[in-house]
Amino acid sequence: MKERYVAAIDQGTSSSRCLVFDHSGRIVSVAQMEHRQIYPHPGAVEHDPLEIWSAVEQVVGRALHDADLHPSDLAAIGIANQRETTIVWDRETGRPVHHALTWQDTRTEGLVNGLGVALGVDADSYTRSRTGLPLATYFSGPKLCWLLDHIPGLRDRAAAGELLFGTMDTWLIWKLTGKHLTDVTNASRTLMMNLETLDWDQEMIDLIGVPRSMLPEIRPSAQVYGEAQGQLGGVQIAAALGDQQAALFGQTCFSPGDVKCTYGTGSFMLLNTGERPVLSSRGLLTTLCCQVGDEQPTYALEGSIAVTGALVRWFRDNLELIGSASEIETLARTVDDSGGCYFVPAFSGLYAPHWRSDARGVITGLTGYITKGHLARAVLEATAWQSREVLDAMVADAGVGLNTLKVDGGMTANNLLMQSLADVLDLQVVRPIVAETVSLGAAYAAGLAVGFWTDREELRANWHIAAQWVPDMDPRKRERGYRKWHKAVERATGWLDDDDLEE
Amino acid sequence: MPGRIQSIERAAAILRLLSGRSRRLGVVEMANELGLPKGTVHGILRTLQHVGFVEQDPESGKYRLGAALLHMGSSYLDGNELRTRALNWSDSLASRTHEEVRIGTLHDGRVLIVHHVFRPDDSMQTLDVGSMMPMHATALGKVLLAAHPHVAEDVMTRELPTYTDSTITDPKLLRRELERIRERGWASEAGELERLRSSLAAPIMDRTGRTVGAMGIFGGPERLFAARSPRPELLTHVREHAQAVSRELGAIPW
Repeated sequence: MKERYVAAIDQGTSSSRCLVFDHSGRIVSVAQMEHRQIYPHPGAVEHDPLEIWSAVEQVVGRALHDADLHPSDLAAIGIANQRETTIVWDRETGRPVHHALTWQDTRTEGLVNGLGVALGVDADSYTRSRTGLPLATYFSGPKLCWLLDHIPGLRDRAAAGELLFGTMDTWLIWKLTGKHLTDVTNASRTLMMNLETLDWDQEMIDLIGVPRSMLPEIRPSAQVYGEAQGQLGGVQIAAALGDQQAALFGQTCFSPGDVKCTYGTGSFMLLNTGERPVLSSRGLLTTLCCQVGDEQPTYALEGSIAVTGALVRWFRDNLELIGSASEIETLARTVDDSGGCYFVPAFSGLYAPHWRSDARGVITGLTGYITKGHLARAVLEATAWQSREVLDAMVADAGVGLNTLKVDGGMTANNLLMQSLADVLDLQVVRPIVAETVSLGAAYAAGLAVGFWTDREELRANWHIAAQWVPDMDPRKRERGYRKWHKAVERATGWLDDDDLEE
Repeated sequence: MPGRIQSIERAAAILRLLSGRSRRLGVVEMANELGLPKGTVHGILRTLQHVGFVEQDPESGKYRLGAALLHMGSSYLDGNELRTRALNWSDSLASRTHEEVRIGTLHDGRVLIVHHVFRPDDSMQTLDVGSMMPMHATALGKVLLAAHPHVAEDVMTRELPTYTDSTITDPKLLRRELERIRERGWASEAGELERLRSSLAAPIMDRTGRTVGAMGIFGGPERLFAARSPRPELLTHVREHAQAVSRELGAIPW
């Protein structure tokens, strides 16, 4: 019998990619295409949904062509996508009514603040208990409301049933199969899905003010949604997951207590908490981990770190002490430690678990002894200490013990950082041999849905350790370092005054 | 445009001549090859020696490229940069060959391991990034020696340590081995460092075609070799993946 494959479409913030995997989970082919970032005014970041669809068609075609494959060689396609990005289009013509409002777009700030005021002091617990999320500009519901409010005639057309709403998964599935669906992980980022019922929460929909008729049907993450039409005619579209949840799946974090962190520009740590949602009292998000077919859904706690790789880039571009991001390790290795120097990169405030928008970055512990090598160390250690804070919050919220952190993302190439992580977290840190965990997760979910892989054990058997870092730090030194980090964080908070925002 | 400076052109010709030979050259030899007066060549060589671009052997009086020049060339690519660019391909090589992968660069006459991917069988393994390996007893090292004849000659001025019965310690045999590696573009090593471990490696080149590192697999001789020859399918994987990293570094595709 001819060998078959599973393809993943990874529709990300800066590019669309297609990866084809074989039965052992090895990459057979990769194609990638970037798309425009559209900045109409400060705080607004848009994507063109038609441009992205065209890119997706092209990368899928190229990935198949490069591996000399035909669509009929594919057992299934899975989708992983940038989360929260919001699109509205015409049901009849398929034309988007506006560019997509991306997750980074902050134009809904006023709207979100208004919702907070309407809900009063209990706003946070109200939205968290229903959706697992705080009120924030990232999430899709308020973005949808903004579009309805600001594009003339849109509310009437929506009420008349002429328009459809979707996140990027929904848009691609609709373009591929003509069906209007989303999966539980993507729906859990809208501020509109109820965590318990996994259906749209009428109270939240009414609060945000969007018509239910334009919302897609919420489905499991791994399920045959339908057959593709057109270029991919006949291929089963069998999975959709938000990118971070896809990475969690690709890391085979299938059991409660499994945790992964993706280290990139920012970093995303997700902990599988099993079949019950854990509501956070420490500023983390409660989100869907995944739902495979008819199985019980599983939940996750999520903590993001805004500035990790971005700090290395800042060090390169703004201080010009290194020529490339990788050279930070070379510079950091010129010294043995940070010399007591700490760097809190609160460039736009502190996020989980502090949530202090009045914080700004500090470099503290400076003495005449500090060199650029020590600063480079402090830059890398900032990522480690921030990871420690998020991980501690997760452990406290979920009440679980951990012994391994699975890592992926570009920064895992930095050995010194990975060793610092193991030291500071007092956990084994492991990197899997397939670093493309987002695509792999989407492929795994799709492959499970069509029986290409029989069960999760088969997927676990595909997961291999490429590198492992074990803690090698005196516990007293670790605790002293963490104490100093807390003191540094204290010094970063309260920097902004009321009149700073007037200018 | 100002005129070209003849003496710099001549100095460049001398350096190019030295870089193309694995052995030291004398003044007369160079003067004949370049068609220049002996006195001119000698004068230029003395200046180049003064700035560290060439070195003269005190016994034979012959010349070779100097350490300062070699350093300028080999320090061009940061090892951490190389690891970052090679990450996906080294993972792919490990998962296709089921063997552990290392990437090495030249450092003080030894191989510096800048990247290590575990053998994908989940056995207990230890990351050895930052460790050193001997040049003449690993495939990585032999690839680097073959690409840097002056370093090879330098390494061979000292006694080559013996690690196993198979270690090549005779400079004559090693020179012949390096010549073969230059011709075919890959190196192998069969239990020459540790009796029960072998390696296969190929060069990683930058956009100027210079060898900046070597990537290879390590495994038991019975797994890497069949009938005393490297298994062709493994060799193909090693060479293709090293070429892919080279492409990543901007080397001209071939």
